[in-house]
Amino acid sequence: MNQLTTPAPTFFSERLSQLASALNPQKLLKMTIIPFVAILMFLLLWSAGASQVQTSLGVFPGPAKVWQQTQSLWQEHQAERVKEVAFYERLQKRIDKAVAAGKPEQKIERLRNRQYTGKETFIDQVLTSLITVATGFLLASLFAIPLGIIIGMNHTIYSAFNPIIQLLKPVSPLAWLPLVTMVVSAVYVSADPMFSKSFLTSAITVTLCCLWPTIINTAVGVAGVDKDLLNVSRVLRLGWFTKTVKIVLPSSIPMMFTGLRLSLSIGWMVLIAAEMLAQNPGLGKFVWDEFQNGSSNSLARIMVAVIAIGFIGFLLDRGMLSLQKIVSWDKNAILR
Amino acid sequence: MNKYLEIDHVSITFPTDNGPLNVLDGVNLKLDQGEFVTLIGHSGCGKSTVLNIVAGLLQASEGGVVLEAKEVNEPGPDRAVVFQHHSLMPWLSVYDNVRLAVDQVFKKTKSKQERHQWTLHNLELVHMEHALERKPDEISGGMKQRVGIARALAMEPKVLLMDEPFGALDSLTRTHMQDSLMEIQARLKNTVIMITHDVDEAVLLSDRIIMMTNGPSAKVGEILDIDLPRPRDRLALAENPTYNHYRAEVVRFLHERHLQKGLDQNDSSNEKEQAMPRDISDNEPHEPPVRLAS
Ligand SMILES: Nc1ncnc2c1ncn2[C@@H]1O[C@H](COP(=O)(O)OP(=O)(O)OP(=O)(O)O)[C@@H](O)[C@H]1O
Ligand SMILES: [Mg+2]
Repeated sequence: MNQLTTPAPTFFSERLSQLASALNPQKLLKMTIIPFVAILMFLLLWSAGASQVQTSLGVFPGPAKVWQQTQSLWQEHQAERVKEVAFYERLQKRIDKAVAAGKPEQKIERLRNRQYTGKETFIDQVLTSLITVATGFLLASLFAIPLGIIIGMNHTIYSAFNPIIQLLKPVSPLAWLPLVTMVVSAVYVSADPMFSKSFLTSAITVTLCCLWPTIINTAVGVAGVDKDLLNVSRVLRLGWFTKTVKIVLPSSIPMMFTGLRLSLSIGWMVLIAAEMLAQNPGLGKFVWDEFQNGSSNSLARIMVAVIAIGFIGFLLDRGMLSLQKIVSWDKNAILR
Repeated sequence: MNKYLEIDHVSITFPTDNGPLNVLDGVNLKLDQGEFVTLIGHSGCGKSTVLNIVAGLLQASEGGVVLEAKEVNEPGPDRAVVFQHHSLMPWLSVYDNVRLAVDQVFKKTKSKQERHQWTLHNLELVHMEHALERKPDEISGGMKQRVGIARALAMEPKVLLMDEPFGALDSLTRTHMQDSLMEIQARLKNTVIMITHDVDEAVLLSDRIIMMTNGPSAKVGEILDIDLPRPRDRLALAENPTYNHYRAEVVRFLHERHLQKGLDQNDSSNEKEQAMPRDISDNEPHEPPVRLAS
């Protein structure tokens, strides 16, 4: 189709000029120095304010204490990994010995199946939460995007679905949590489960809250396709599929991504709350455990989690934004 | 005798909140093959509605459209439309916009290579071969309209329908576009129905000018045969008494209708909206040309 693509030199020179404009001193000031100063001010205020707040677990942690706990959480993680490696080494030795001694196959198999069950570190919890939110979000998008397209394309279907969506949308996903938990434990019974129940409960809760913004925004985007463009497609007698791929989808992509980004950020927030509430593994559980633990370090460790939650949420949103920039046809649109 | 295209006593009534609105009442028009006809009339009288009925985008309440002795009542590429606002897909390049139409219309009859050549050929026809890979946002308003015309021509339509194709352009670009259109028309001999608000444009381009009465219940008011030799040259014509006579005829018609409109004004509630020239609101660099129609 594209016999003539942009020649490479133009591409590079464009990149170069972008780079040059990024190095422009005034832009540099705006992009790095000003945010840096702002963060510094924030840290100072935090540290000054924190020392004023007395809790039953001691003084509210300032930046220094939080930084110290960050390091210690990382060291705990490293230590745990070392232990894990040692465990598997020992296990291997026992297996070798059992094989050499000609022990029955069954017994060896049981040894092989042994898993390391150490305490889950902060990093493990972060990973668990990330995997859960990704699963829930992808599952929701898989349903919501096609559904949104269908709803947006047909007025009758739209009026059929609209009241249901409007009713379900404002429901806090945490209200679903008990229902999801019960349904999962009733329905998902298998001798050798691929996923743990707690993982499924959290992921489905995320799915339930990720559905609505994506459905609604996709539908609005699809319904808002320029009428002239639809007339062009009628004049050309484009088939349903071509029309969807060439006209409807591209023009609804910006709205679709608005929905997806909204979904992901809500999903991330809800997941943490759901993990706290249901005691499902993840960052939320980490926060809750530390709170229950109530040691002198707990508040600082919770602060580490809070910052991590914020930072990950930010990265997720940026990730979606980059994806939108790749997929979107309108490279000039200002996306933030 | 059957004509090439017949608009046969077409009436249309829209249901509105204030009851049914009879926009067209027995519009009757017959075109020969290769004829260039412009529709002129006051804003809101129903010109676009006529065009959309011919295109099949709207259904007439009464009467119908007959093309080559066959009734048409759904849209199709044999009646290509050039819209006022270019309506190119902003996510497709100039080439791909035309190619989309070519692929659709000739998917069975032309090979891939032929479709490529045909796309290029039509873009060359409108002098857009230098911007194949640009996106519509990266070219000027006049260029977009050229691509829109190339897309319509590439469908090899029996009838080319143009709804104020140059309405959103500044007067200089508009002049260029009119010349291009005349040049293309001389080569391809398309049957064209074009809507315009511009008296000079109508006289310059048309074989016949169809002047429509004011709405509601608009019909064909007067038909003016433009008997000027082709190729036409705008500079030479400016001094031509016949040309000026035709021009005056159209102006007279519109002016009379305008006076009538003034009389109607008291009992028409949405008159204000109708009196506004629609094409001023565009973001194209714009130098309002002399326009008597609106
Ligand atoms: N779908 C519709 N429903 C109700 N009324 C309509 C509809 N389409 C057009 N009309 C009415 O029909 C009348 C004629 O509209 P049309 O767009 O054909 O006018 P026009 O002559 O093309 O005007 P302009 O010069 O401003 O483009 C207008 O009064 C408009 O309000
Ligand atoms: Mg119109």
